[in-house]
Amino acid sequence: MTRHTDAPESLSRRRFLKAAASTVFILGFYVPLGRRTASAQTPPSETPAPNLFLKIDSDNIITVISKYFEMGQGVVTGVATLLAEELEADWSKLRFEFAPNDVATYNNLVFGPVMVTGGSASMAGSWMQMRKVGAAARTMMIEAAAKKWKVPEAELRAENSTVVHTSGKSATYAELAADAMQLPVPQDAPLKDPADWKLIGKNVPRLDSAEKTDGKALFAMDVKRPGMLTAAIAHPPLFGAKVKSFDATASEAIPGVEEVVQIPAGVAVLAKDSWSALRGRDALKVEWDTSGAETRSDEQIFAEYRQQAQGEGLVATKRGDAGKALPSAAQKLTAEFTFPFLAHTPMEPLNCILDFDGDKAEMWSGCQLQSIDEHVLSEVLGIESKRIRIHTLLGGGSFGRRGNPLGDWVAELAQIGKAMKSRAPVHLLWSREDDIRGGYYRPIVLHQLEAGLDDSGNIAGWQHKVVTQSLFTGTPFAALMVKDGVDHSSVEGLADTPYQIDNFNVRVYNAESPVPVLWWRSVGHTHTAHVMETVIDELARMAGRDPLQYRLELLPEARDREVLQLVAGKSGWGGSTGENRGRGIAFHKSFGTRVAMVADVSIDEGDFTVDKITAAVDCGVAINPDVVTAQIEGAIGFALSTLLRNRITLKDGRVQQSNFHNYEPTRIREMPAVEVHIVQSAEPPSGIGEPGVPPLAPAVGNAIAAATGKRMYAMPFSLKA
Amino acid sequence: MARIELKINGQDRQLDADPQMPLLWALRDLLDMTGTKYGCGRALCGACTVHIDGEAARSCSIMLGEAQGREITTIEGVSGPVADAVVGAWRELDVVQCGYCQSGQIMSAITLLSKNRKPSDEDIDASMEGNICRCGTYQRIRAAILESAKKIGGDQ
Ligand code: FES
Ligand code: FES
Repeated sequence: MTRHTDAPESLSRRRFLKAAASTVFILGFYVPLGRRTASAQTPPSETPAPNLFLKIDSDNIITVISKYFEMGQGVVTGVATLLAEELEADWSKLRFEFAPNDVATYNNLVFGPVMVTGGSASMAGSWMQMRKVGAAARTMMIEAAAKKWKVPEAELRAENSTVVHTSGKSATYAELAADAMQLPVPQDAPLKDPADWKLIGKNVPRLDSAEKTDGKALFAMDVKRPGMLTAAIAHPPLFGAKVKSFDATASEAIPGVEEVVQIPAGVAVLAKDSWSALRGRDALKVEWDTSGAETRSDEQIFAEYRQQAQGEGLVATKRGDAGKALPSAAQKLTAEFTFPFLAHTPMEPLNCILDFDGDKAEMWSGCQLQSIDEHVLSEVLGIESKRIRIHTLLGGGSFGRRGNPLGDWVAELAQIGKAMKSRAPVHLLWSREDDIRGGYYRPIVLHQLEAGLDDSGNIAGWQHKVVTQSLFTGTPFAALMVKDGVDHSSVEGLADTPYQIDNFNVRVYNAESPVPVLWWRSVGHTHTAHVMETVIDELARMAGRDPLQYRLELLPEARDREVLQLVAGKSGWGGSTGENRGRGIAFHKSFGTRVAMVADVSIDEGDFTVDKITAAVDCGVAINPDVVTAQIEGAIGFALSTLLRNRITLKDGRVQQSNFHNYEPTRIREMPAVEVHIVQSAEPPSGIGEPGVPPLAPAVGNAIAAATGKRMYAMPFSLKA
Repeated sequence: MARIELKINGQDRQLDADPQMPLLWALRDLLDMTGTKYGCGRALCGACTVHIDGEAARSCSIMLGEAQGREITTIEGVSGPVADAVVGAWRELDVVQCGYCQSGQIMSAITLLSKNRKPSDEDIDASMEGNICRCGTYQRIRAAILESAKKIGGDQ
């Protein structure tokens, strides 16, 4: 990433292509897409599509064009690793850039046709595509050198972005690029033997470390456009409320405030700088129409969910007949689990910049869902999609928040762009308060279940109810996830549990609320993993069995058992923990990746401290083991706050939290020692950004139960009650 | 509006601004020094950490009027053996994820190591507690501080 605040047009696709053509090798060709990632619906991208993924400049610097958005998960390093491996590129001369909004070229092969980064699917989607691009380019370079020097290709090899002849003669890719560009693109250039990998599976340094340690990394927050105004919005105090009237006299009196406009989302104050915009917003007097708004408290919501769970609901899984099996069970367990609303609180608050001249628009954003954002801009601004250019920038975290299928804050930006009188570029800035009070939370979830054991301690039956708001219904992704009213994301990790349970019934109850909800790092697994792993653990104790052994016997798949065995071995499972200490284990599979954790906790004066987490991971080929390790470490630091204290609560519909003092993320003092062990695997890569989150809560909860006998049925955890 | 004279990264800078404006926004919006980040605006997260007269300070909660005449250093201007060791260790250990908090983390780490060449875990907790990393990179932040201490000879 380079700072492009002064020359934004240079990134426009046409200019980019043209500028590139003179000095740069552009690889634009047809990559037959792997069948492994093909979805049943056969989107248009299944037919070969033109691809454009790298450029080489005259200094032999290779720039990888990433269609995936970097929000910290290390995706650009991963994408570049795959491409560079096959290309035999010199890693020290590799750069990255984000792709423009062009879904035909930069389709997400897992979810497409759509340009999106998410579902922990970027490495799965890149695994064949990026290596094929690299292999094709390498083949073309060798062919170009063979022609130029009139030597057989067999006498040439590629290394460090250079083609070398057995005689010692060599040429850089930059020197060969012009000739290579003239050659037809090979459709099935051979991929390297894994034994010859130099980058995949090695700890290649992150491509974004340098710019993120000297203040130069460019986030949307840092983009400046000539004459740019900053906008802050007075949002409704209740979800679903609307502006009735407002008085901007005090705001307009603040120096720097230029304009105040009403938009569907609230009232926006536009000012010359951020501080004046925020002050102007605070000085507004707005009357709100609260008819139809959410006015319940979260306790009321839970009470209503309990009511709703008395009804029939929808069948998510029916295997055998739990209702028949349970009455004759030798031992029974009934439990209710509660999960609060959670805000994502990415470190960089939501913000984006629009430059709209009435006819065409450019947006700068930490953009995770380019296709949706483009559509939202097009709808609100009333211009065609092809007149919209999105510049994707580094994102200061997301955890799901920036990938909103409704593009809420982008819609606000467009509404402002449309309503404002001046034609200045505008930067919409959300304060931390806007972020925490702005909704799109992980929804409240209620689980109720009954499980029974037979005489020998085996699971006789398991009946389960889940009440929550659907995440996917009404979004463009509904067809992928919602079947007969059952949103799979409400029950993922539960309805499809890998544990062998013969009589297993899961029902789902779709709740309605004006509080907007959204996927939150690991989506449904944020709650299902905790419920499953807490209950399995409790059943094991009821059966008088070791929780590890009990799990191993219930898991038919060898890969599942292997991570558990690995974590058990590394953590010293089975050893003694000492007084006021507890050790707990948990396993969960999400996004194709298996993670097992052992937690060591200490208990002191009715409180708990997580001392250590030992984790084992099977994510297929670990393209970059250090990034895999970092994602597990980070997921633990991220998720720990939800065990410790994080919850969004409503009182008469009002969000009670506002900033990091009352919605406080994990602090360094609370971070446990984390040890990560990776299963060696030759299987295709699966996700790593999210799967570290789900097993943390149950591993810690089970450790607390081991120490105190208390089960953690409510998040955040409390040892008091 | 008033004429404000600031000393930033060894340079004299003049501004016409409201003395009540937080230093953070002046740096970012008026001086185009965007390495210093906004995270909370209320001295709760540390993303906006700069050095004022050598001390780590939250620039979101210091007004321009208070910053006048004092030595301000931002991430763009850090230098010297401690800064080099810290930035180097951050890179070697690939501490960053999203990176948004990391200017602030690095600024706090430099202050810590400038005063205490051999910090204990408790010293690290105490000095770094005000810096939130939502990506949860704390394990590596701690490791990078210890690594920096080694480089500057604090462990000998
Ligand atoms: S922005 Fe200053 S401490 Fe958070
Ligand atoms: S690296 Fe993302 S908040 Fe720290």
